[in-house]
Amino acid sequence: MKLLARFFSIENRYLPPILITTILLAGQLSFGLLESFSRTALAIAAALLTELVLSRLITGKYANLASAYITGISVGILVRAPDFWPYALCSAIAITSKYVVRWKGRHLWNPSNLAIVAMLLLAPDYVSTLSVQWGNTLWPMLIVWVLGALIVWRVKRLHITAVYVISFVALSLLRSAITGHAFLAEVAPITGPMYQLFIFFMITDPKTTVRTRWGQCLVAFLVAAVEMALRLAQNVHAPYYALAIVGPLANAVEIWWASRSHVAPAPRVVAVA
Amino acid sequence: MELKQNHVRMRMRPAQAFVDVLFVALLCVPWAYRHVDSRRSALAASAGAASALASYGFHLQESSEAAGIHFSHSSPHLDSKLDHIREQVASMGAAVSVVDFDHDGLADFYVTNSGEGSKNALYHNLGNGKFEDVAPQVGLADVNLPGTGVSMGAVWGDYDNDGYEDLFLYKWGKPELYHNDGGKHFTRVTEQAGLPAWVNANTAVWLDYDGDGKLDLFVGGYYDERIDLWHLKNTKMMPNSFEYAVNGGRKYLFHNLGGGRFEEVSGKMGIASRRWALAAVAADLRGTGYPDLFIANDYGVSELYFNDHGRGFHEVGRQTGVGYAPKSGMTAAVGDVLNDGSFGIYVSNISEDGILVQGNNFWVPKTGTSGDKIQYENMANAMGIESGGWSFGAQFGDLNNDGLLDLYVVNGNVSLDRERSYWYDYSKVAGGNESIISDAANWPPLNGRSLAGYQQKRVWVNDGAGRFREVAQLVGVTDVYDGRSIALADFENRGVLDAVVANQNGPLLFYRNTVAEGNNWIEFELQGRESNRSAIGAHVTAFWKGRRQAQEVSGGSGFCAQNQRRLHFGLGKADAIERVEIRWPSGKLQTLAAPALNRIYKIEEPA
Repeated sequence: MKLLARFFSIENRYLPPILITTILLAGQLSFGLLESFSRTALAIAAALLTELVLSRLITGKYANLASAYITGISVGILVRAPDFWPYALCSAIAITSKYVVRWKGRHLWNPSNLAIVAMLLLAPDYVSTLSVQWGNTLWPMLIVWVLGALIVWRVKRLHITAVYVISFVALSLLRSAITGHAFLAEVAPITGPMYQLFIFFMITDPKTTVRTRWGQCLVAFLVAAVEMALRLAQNVHAPYYALAIVGPLANAVEIWWASRSHVAPAPRVVAVA
Repeated sequence: MELKQNHVRMRMRPAQAFVDVLFVALLCVPWAYRHVDSRRSALAASAGAASALASYGFHLQESSEAAGIHFSHSSPHLDSKLDHIREQVASMGAAVSVVDFDHDGLADFYVTNSGEGSKNALYHNLGNGKFEDVAPQVGLADVNLPGTGVSMGAVWGDYDNDGYEDLFLYKWGKPELYHNDGGKHFTRVTEQAGLPAWVNANTAVWLDYDGDGKLDLFVGGYYDERIDLWHLKNTKMMPNSFEYAVNGGRKYLFHNLGGGRFEEVSGKMGIASRRWALAAVAADLRGTGYPDLFIANDYGVSELYFNDHGRGFHEVGRQTGVGYAPKSGMTAAVGDVLNDGSFGIYVSNISEDGILVQGNNFWVPKTGTSGDKIQYENMANAMGIESGGWSFGAQFGDLNNDGLLDLYVVNGNVSLDRERSYWYDYSKVAGGNESIISDAANWPPLNGRSLAGYQQKRVWVNDGAGRFREVAQLVGVTDVYDGRSIALADFENRGVLDAVVANQNGPLLFYRNTVAEGNNWIEFELQGRESNRSAIGAHVTAFWKGRRQAQEVSGGSGFCAQNQRRLHFGLGKADAIERVEIRWPSGKLQTLAAPALNRIYKIEEPA
């Protein structure tokens, strides 16, 4: 029992990697979620290799690879491309960004979010993002939601996920009123697996979210709000862009505010990409 | 302590600068890749513009006007509950199938229309480069009457072995069988044949699955056959998943009992699926002498049914690797593109830059696998034939007679307003759960927007080294209609494959092919005796200059299409052909030693 409690504890930095690996394997073995195992393996390998090289180069030490693994696997699942090179490139951009796009020692962007947005903007003719579903029944989706919610609850980030989901659903109602489209059509995207990765792994990333609980809730709401605006503009990749816009702005404001108050925020240890 | 930290910082500065530069360089990679890619294309374009004929060995000229072909397809209106997405739902029905219906030695072709009350056409080849629509005279025009549904496609096969090709017409509605009365007239024999009252079908192929010498018929349902698209009880008729839908139409396998009667045996023979079939092709993939059946499904994985020596079928999609990753299968065509005697299977899917990149599939047998243990791998990317837009019909054929099969793919889904796209709303609902996606009422209205419209076609030339080069624009294929069905045939008996393209809500196009001088060819028109008279399933392998190429007489391939039954082999510069081996559906083997080149051989199955 103690072992189980320790496994599901906030100190266990391997909990998120285990969850995302479970999602990957379940999705691939049951529904053929991936473009191919080899492409995902390439994305993971590129992320791990880049992390090893850059951490040694910049810090003189080899970094723990849990975070890079999640980045690689996220890229491997979320990126869709016929060619192999976008997978390696996206992972490399994500990991490199951690060592470059920083302000006062902190990340501004979620690495995989930044890399995917960069690929969508710079290589739209070569890359798209995950669009498939978890089969055609509710069960696989519910299992992932329950498991994911359990994990983010244990790592004390469930409030972020909850605020985002509630905001998305509420704003779907608003969008429905504005567009005249069915509410179910507006709420449909959140039932897909892309959103499960988005709400459990991207928007909850400890290293790229603001520190205070209320701040995190506010940012989650703002991501959903900006996403709504982008959706009204018919942007297919609205959630990625919304996080890429709101996330760094929120972090920048907090870092600036902290520097005024001379309070050095302590980074958390849980590894999420 | 501070001194030490400063020292470390100083040491790390060059490293940090390096990483900063690396980051910028990584961001520039797509730009650089595109630059190299476009330079390569530009070089190809400039070379091709000088002379497509000299560069690629052929040129296609759209010649429907000169050929006297004036046909335009129209879509049905369906139930008013679907008005808001009518163009998306009613986006199929333009089809073409080639036949020599009157045995005059010239290939004719039948094209379908889909508006309620619209007329189909049978273009009779007059032999002078012109065609004449004779459908009204022979009784094959007025087949889309209100209440009977509308045409989706047609396939030709001599089901009663009387020497004349009969017509099976599949519809979203009542399927029809027409008997060919000596090439003069067609008689409707649907009731006698025992066909079902209503099938929302988008594919059918003739095959002799049990080798009894009588053609059987496979029909693949798309929408559930219990749905009448003109009288919907409710709007829950859309696929219940974008990738895993299993609420489509059932499949039918009609066993030919003789005497014009058929028995539906799909369940008994092991074919039970409610995936959304859009294309099927039957071919002997394992050298058993019996045709296997490949089905490309929209909204899901493809299915491959191995034929258990005519006693039944079993599904091996996952086992063989073709039924794993779900896509939007639109076409199925087989071809021996590597000239190694084995068939690859081409399946078109849908892709849109930056939104949905499924890529087309080309399933090639893995090295060292064959027979029941055959495994396929998708080589479309490696061979350069993956990116085809919202692809529909595709056919293999040697367009320049260089001895290698080329590939012609038509595409484009709904072309309405060029400036406004439906993609966002489409992707919004397509990713939703079954309860959302399956109800048409949840689909946002199209409102005149395009969905993957105005796309450039693909003509891929086989380089013989495992790569294809896309040359459509360079060889004269410049139309951007919503292409659906394509069929290839030698309409003038000159050893050259022309192309007929049926477009949704658009004109029928006739691309006349001009091939550069110097390449040789040979064609075989087979007629079964113990085997079915159409010789569908006959397997022919030509051997020349160390090469060998296999082809099979098909009872339907591509998307709602059928090529000419005659087999066409380009031979390049070869001045002789060593031998040709024919394996008839009956199992008989026949060898032709060193047949003369540049001729059409009419071969009857030996007694």
